Amino acid sequence: MTNTAPETTTPAAELMLGDDAVAYGALHAGISNAYAYPGTPSTEIFTRLVREAQAHQVTAHWCANEKSAYEGAIGASLAGRRAIVTMKHVGLNVAADPFVNSALLGLGGGLVLAVADDPGMHSSQNEQDSRCLADFARVPCFEPATAQEAYDMTREAFALSERFQVPVVVRLVTRLCHERARVQTRAAEPQKPLQKAGPRQDWVLLPANAKRLWSQLLAEQPAMRQASESSPHNVLREGAGRLGVLTTGVGRRYLGEVLPEMAQAPPHLHVATYPLPAARVRAFAGQLDSVLVLEDGYPYVERLLPGIVPARCKVLGRESGALPASGELTVVNVRAALGLPALRLHEQAALELPARPPRLCDGCVHRDSYGAMLQVMQEIGVATITGDIGCYTLGALPPYQAIDSCVCMGASIGMAKGASDAGLRPAIAVIGDSTFLHSGIQPLVDAIAHDTDMTVLILDNETTAMTGGQPTELPDTRLLPVVLGLGADPAHVHVFAAHPRKVPELAALIRKEIEHRGLSVIVVKRECVQTARQRKTHEG
Amino acid sequence: MKADVVLAGVGGQGVLTVARLLAEAATVDGFHVVQGELHGMSQRGGAVQAHFRLSDQPIESPQVPRGRADLLVGFEPVEALRNIAWLAPGGRIVTAIRPIANVPDYPPIEKVLEALRQFPETILIDAHALAVAAGSVRAENLVVAGAAFSLLPLTRGKLRGIVQKRAERWTAAERDAAIKALAAGRAAIGGAPPVHG
Repeated sequence: MTNTAPETTTPAAELMLGDDAVAYGALHAGISNAYAYPGTPSTEIFTRLVREAQAHQVTAHWCANEKSAYEGAIGASLAGRRAIVTMKHVGLNVAADPFVNSALLGLGGGLVLAVADDPGMHSSQNEQDSRCLADFARVPCFEPATAQEAYDMTREAFALSERFQVPVVVRLVTRLCHERARVQTRAAEPQKPLQKAGPRQDWVLLPANAKRLWSQLLAEQPAMRQASESSPHNVLREGAGRLGVLTTGVGRRYLGEVLPEMAQAPPHLHVATYPLPAARVRAFAGQLDSVLVLEDGYPYVERLLPGIVPARCKVLGRESGALPASGELTVVNVRAALGLPALRLHEQAALELPARPPRLCDGCVHRDSYGAMLQVMQEIGVATITGDIGCYTLGALPPYQAIDSCVCMGASIGMAKGASDAGLRPAIAVIGDSTFLHSGIQPLVDAIAHDTDMTVLILDNETTAMTGGQPTELPDTRLLPVVLGLGADPAHVHVFAAHPRKVPELAALIRKEIEHRGLSVIVVKRECVQTARQRKTHEG
Repeated sequence: MKADVVLAGVGGQGVLTVARLLAEAATVDGFHVVQGELHGMSQRGGAVQAHFRLSDQPIESPQVPRGRADLLVGFEPVEALRNIAWLAPGGRIVTAIRPIANVPDYPPIEKVLEALRQFPETILIDAHALAVAAGSVRAENLVVAGAAFSLLPLTRGKLRGIVQKRAERWTAAERDAAIKALAAGRAAIGGAPPVHG
């Protein structure tokens, strides 16, 4: 597990994002391939990989969705080459099928999944904890605390992946992804030669093979645990008192921040690798009355501790109520959990401050679409509008307050179908071009198959805008042939070039198609104002 | 020696850019640096906050703890006020005063500035006017950067060098305005001593 790459002679560590550190860790581990679908806070890993791809002779492709991205990485591993796949936490739900099953394969080249959780839900619909999914798939997981560790552990993850022939997870959180700090990089390893992995029986998950491979994966668990037990990333610090603190990931840094204020440093075990190094935890907890677990995300370690620590040792954390059950760790809640007095904070009571939520940009094409929809609503009264994930989700907020739902990527179309089937009509689905390609096509197949009475608005701004303007997988000119090719009735498929002056015209078109008692698709298109501006800057 | 800084403004104002410039300047000066920000949904015209910590010791928390900021840098007066809980006792506020009233219930600007003046050692800067005088309305964030920089224990001139390097592809007029904007920000601080915790 130790990395033998020599230190480079350049001492100057570079200031970089935690996301950048993951990208360089992968590049310097000798990856040949990289795949991703953008999603905050993971996006910048791949932005960096794309930028560096040519110089490092790496194939780095944005993909239509996380499942496709993950499968690309498995294919690269089959070719004997190292590959990284990156996504946000909810993206791993989409990629869960190939992820979980890839654990059974006899992987060739190292396969590393860098997945970014968003505790506190800054830019996400939930705060699910990817450590649980690594556990679910029975594969090792690293949890870096700093940008430097993100670099080091990403590199190390490839070697571990090859040793056990399983995918290895690098679990990140928002604060680490979007933190800029100095990172010392080391000389790159060479890429692995093209060498097809085998044998076939280790790659064809027919039940007969799968049973054997699953048993093998289970039989490897003790060795994976042993690798975790002996990892130098898990650090025990002696301390005084009978309350111990167990930190994981960035939790260590909040403890470090408040340590100088504590009368005495408590015994402290930092855990950075999974499976949980239970023997180290047991040794740590041996003399303690209680253990406080500081972990960002779910009470994952907290729930594992009973049964590992002595019965008399109390386990404190998010589930016990010592820390808030949801949201990020902060210095404020860590102080409280450690019994330190709260800091007196400045207040201003003189003024009530207006909230300033995010909003659609001036000139955004979605403003036209929502403007037109509001007009239609005024005319026809009620309708059900299912929304989706992207900038246009902001249509839920004032001044539009136009959408009834936002659940997960692609859900708008399937939900509109179900709502219409159940009698909630008119049903309108609103989905962006990138989200449509991600997972909107399949539910549209269903709606076409049953000619469901619903209207789909594909809001085509020609980019993945919310995450910073990544290119969509197909040029926007292909949307119409895709929709028609699936079999939608051409009489009820329209492409509308939006313009603020043409909002009444768009409203009339939407109204006309709502009145059609079958499936209609309207593609509303105009380039995102942000990418248009960037393009002009580059061209200028 | 350490300084903890919270920067607050509205998406599109260049808050993250300035946080990054300060972090780079402090790195060149040999400090340990941690700078945190959020990307994604929050960028779309909403309230934006960035954190920047420098120290001669290794830095722990990725965020400035509430109640610990030595300096609160406002790019917009309401956003400065919104983040007042981050300010340490004795911490200083430096903020631009031009309101960005992209919300319906924006309070009268005089009341906002009055509330800011309640905090001792608040420095209010007409960064917009100074940027216009420097030659570019778009350099407002660099006026704020110049002001914030001169309140930090950093070597004079470092920030200018970093901006100049970034500005290599800009027009001569843009470069000139940027440098003047930094200087105007510094001048607006007067002789106020640097903050440090």
